[in-house]
Amino acid sequence: MKVTVTVNGTRYEREVESRMLLVHFLREELGLTGTNIGCDTSQCGACTVHMDGKSVKSCAVLAVQADGREVTTIEGLAQDGTLHPLQAAFWEKHGLQCGYCTPGMIMAGSAFLRDHPHPTDEEIRHGLEGNICRCTGYQNIVAAMKSAAENM
Amino acid sequence: MATRIFGSGIKRREDPRLITGKARYTDDFQMAGMVHMVVVRSPHAHARITSIDTSAARGAPGVVAVFTGHDLKLGAIPCAWLVPGSDLKVPAHPALATETVRYVGDGVAMIIATDRYLAQDAADLVQVTYEVLPAVVNPETSTKEGSPQLFPEIANNVAFHWVASSGDDGVNQAFAEAEVVVKERIVQQRLLPTAMEPRAVLAQWDKYAEELTVYSTTQNPHIARFILSGVTGVPEHKLRVIAPEVGGGFGSKIPVYADEALAAWASMKLGVPVKWAETRSENYQVTIHGRDHVEYVEMAATKEGKVTAIRGTVYAGLGAYISTAAPGVPTILHGLMYSGAYAIPHIRAETFGVLTNTTPVDAYRGAGRPEATFLVERLMDRLAHTLNMDPVALRRKNLIPPFENGYTVAIGLTYDSGNYEAALAKALGMFDYEGFRREQAAARQQGRYLGIGVTTYSECCGLGPSQVAGAVGFQGGLWESAIVRFSPAGKVQALIGASPHGQGEETTFAQIIADELGVPVDDVEIAHGDTNRSPMGWGSYGSRTTPVGGAALVTAARKIKEKARAMAAHLLEAATEDIEYGDGKFFVRGAPDRFKSIQEAALMATLAWNLPAGMEPGMEASAFYDPPNFVYPFGTHIAVVEVNPATGQVDLQRYIAVDDCGPQINPMIVEGQIHGGLVQGIGQVLCEGVVYDDQGQLLTGTMMDYAMPRADMFPTFEIESTVTPSPHHPIGVKGVGETGAIASTPTVYNAVIDALQPFGIEQMEMPLTAPRVWKAIQDARAKGGQ
Ligand code: FES
Ligand code: FES
Repeated sequence: MKVTVTVNGTRYEREVESRMLLVHFLREELGLTGTNIGCDTSQCGACTVHMDGKSVKSCAVLAVQADGREVTTIEGLAQDGTLHPLQAAFWEKHGLQCGYCTPGMIMAGSAFLRDHPHPTDEEIRHGLEGNICRCTGYQNIVAAMKSAAENM
Repeated sequence: MATRIFGSGIKRREDPRLITGKARYTDDFQMAGMVHMVVVRSPHAHARITSIDTSAARGAPGVVAVFTGHDLKLGAIPCAWLVPGSDLKVPAHPALATETVRYVGDGVAMIIATDRYLAQDAADLVQVTYEVLPAVVNPETSTKEGSPQLFPEIANNVAFHWVASSGDDGVNQAFAEAEVVVKERIVQQRLLPTAMEPRAVLAQWDKYAEELTVYSTTQNPHIARFILSGVTGVPEHKLRVIAPEVGGGFGSKIPVYADEALAAWASMKLGVPVKWAETRSENYQVTIHGRDHVEYVEMAATKEGKVTAIRGTVYAGLGAYISTAAPGVPTILHGLMYSGAYAIPHIRAETFGVLTNTTPVDAYRGAGRPEATFLVERLMDRLAHTLNMDPVALRRKNLIPPFENGYTVAIGLTYDSGNYEAALAKALGMFDYEGFRREQAAARQQGRYLGIGVTTYSECCGLGPSQVAGAVGFQGGLWESAIVRFSPAGKVQALIGASPHGQGEETTFAQIIADELGVPVDDVEIAHGDTNRSPMGWGSYGSRTTPVGGAALVTAARKIKEKARAMAAHLLEAATEDIEYGDGKFFVRGAPDRFKSIQEAALMATLAWNLPAGMEPGMEASAFYDPPNFVYPFGTHIAVVEVNPATGQVDLQRYIAVDDCGPQINPMIVEGQIHGGLVQGIGQVLCEGVVYDDQGQLLTGTMMDYAMPRADMFPTFEIESTVTPSPHHPIGVKGVGETGAIASTPTVYNAVIDALQPFGIEQMEMPLTAPRVWKAIQDARAKGGQ
């Protein structure tokens, strides 16, 4: 099937199998390998991207469902070479170690902060329930979210 | 030195690529002509293969080839830790089973196709018929007469029996004469390491050069090369292993698995690059699991609370085959740590390594030491309860007194340095212990159940002297090496043999070099993870990268500095002995304006226009560092919980960790390591646990069923440290990668048991999920508890 998806501002037209997942479309068709895959049951959030401004798990969306939509991946988050405040805060607060969960965390976190500009620690911890990190113990991710909220 | 960067929490240089999606993990690489491999796996835990029909799969769209074990020309997957004196028997582990499958996930065939979806489709078409055999999953049951046997040559499934003892007569006597003995049966449930990046491999055979390149999610590319060379027959100098960005390991990426060998072999056979990337469910089936002990442990003491002896018998599950380091984990890394942080005169540790029809078990963060710390700390709390003593007072009575340079425990290890009382005092200084005990008593009156756990631990890491490695049967050395070189324009490149995968050594090692050589930290690059580029090293595990690899780096840097000093002396026309060094400059004693910077000295040595007699050109040094001993970090952890008796829910309210890993190169990174370890250790208490049914089916086979710790389960951890340098390390540092995982499990477990004291509950199997705790409370009430 033919799909037309705008990813990080660029329009792509591709012929894909109807069963192809959006995450594979991004990674293998478009070479945008910043979006990672951490599970096969939509639990981990490593694959989180924005679709029409909302955060979605791209392993739970078919490429054909993205037809006609706008997708933002981690590669498209920084604007004109300036890191998104949450990217900068993850760096500043040591919110990552191996970095594998990080693109998904940042995509989920940036969408969350848009809806909750002044979150408490507890709201952040609940807000990130759908994203698993095995390295950081979450504490510095929470710190990064708080600090980004102050700078946004 | 004016600009010391050691000890400062500078931001990580790894991060820019990781936060922008530019990092490249194994599965991110694409190659021209690349094909995909999928392994067909056994759905049965134990069965004889009666036939494999691959004809339908061969004809499926996109399929390039289908192979079974009969087609392969590969050696068996080896075990690399042959613990001596244990009568270890290592059964053959073929890369694909041909006759018998022994766990759910055992490979029986492989599909190579042009696309991963098509490969998976074809895998579903392979027809395997099995004659199902009875299975056994529990390591204790497995040793019993009449249990299903995995290998005819291994009686009662016992692959080894290992004992370490301070002297059996003394141990027996101490128990016979003890005023008090406390006992416990502890189940260290199986855990899934769950590095967020599943394993993957991309193998590329260059048929012209006859060279094999393997991109692999490994913690130890040099060991992977060593083993893969043996399995595939490709000579080591024609085999290159690259660990690109690696998304966590926690031990699960130490072993070399069948899958890596299969992809390598297929690439050689077909002449195209072959990629294999496991799914998470596959990861849960075939990537090693951790822990899996059934333990019988006991402690002897006087009425006053002086511990006189400890002993244990452990049934350690190995799974269906013996993984790379598996025999060493429940023995050397476990049984030798029964003394914990305490002076205990008599110790005996006994381990049965047991095969079961389950996924192989190997090193998972802490590897043996969490289990040891748990049993020691658990028995301490039991003893305190039995003696009606305060558990902190009991620990104080038994702690090893402060020592700066060596303390030998009864079972033979010599700890390097420790000041356990200081860490305990610091932790108690952050917490009103007496006040808490009052609050706890008052809360109980109102039907609220608060509990506290206090752990004083020491662990053993920074593996380790190679001589010890040899003596304990590890089939490798345990040194590290480093090369440090100046480029002509004064930049520094350091190549290390170890292979960090999230721990931040690209940053901390640059900090070390910047200080040693007095160069700006941004002028230093740390390279690792490629056997064709990095010098030999044994890998990143056992909290050894900084203690061992860092020491190699310091040693190489110091060699460079001495060469630069000689070069500067020559340029300054002074004697080398008259040259002083400060802040990256060599100057003539008493004439600080007559100097050469280290970069100038490096440039002149590289140009070699005018070298002192006998000096070789260039400014490069390599060092091999074999540590004289392990390092022994230690500390005190405190947890406060509240248990809701109506639901069984455990609420972790406070967590205090005071750890001592010696001087900290980058405190921000140290704290990050501790946070991560804590969550893994606490995850074991509160939510994680592998479940197999009696037939060996893995019931926790996806992330939907295996409960991973999530952000909302934890309070903000309160982290502090004390600083006791290691006497034998050139910059005094100890490892910190595992302390959190080692100390936190008993701390939170003991806190929950403490909370439930009014019910008379002394023991529950982990994880302490709400239903399990609720049931324990109901049972206790039925028996007349509160
Ligand atoms: S990969 Fe999408 S949620 Fe895990
Ligand atoms: S940083 Fe490794 S999983 Fe989050």
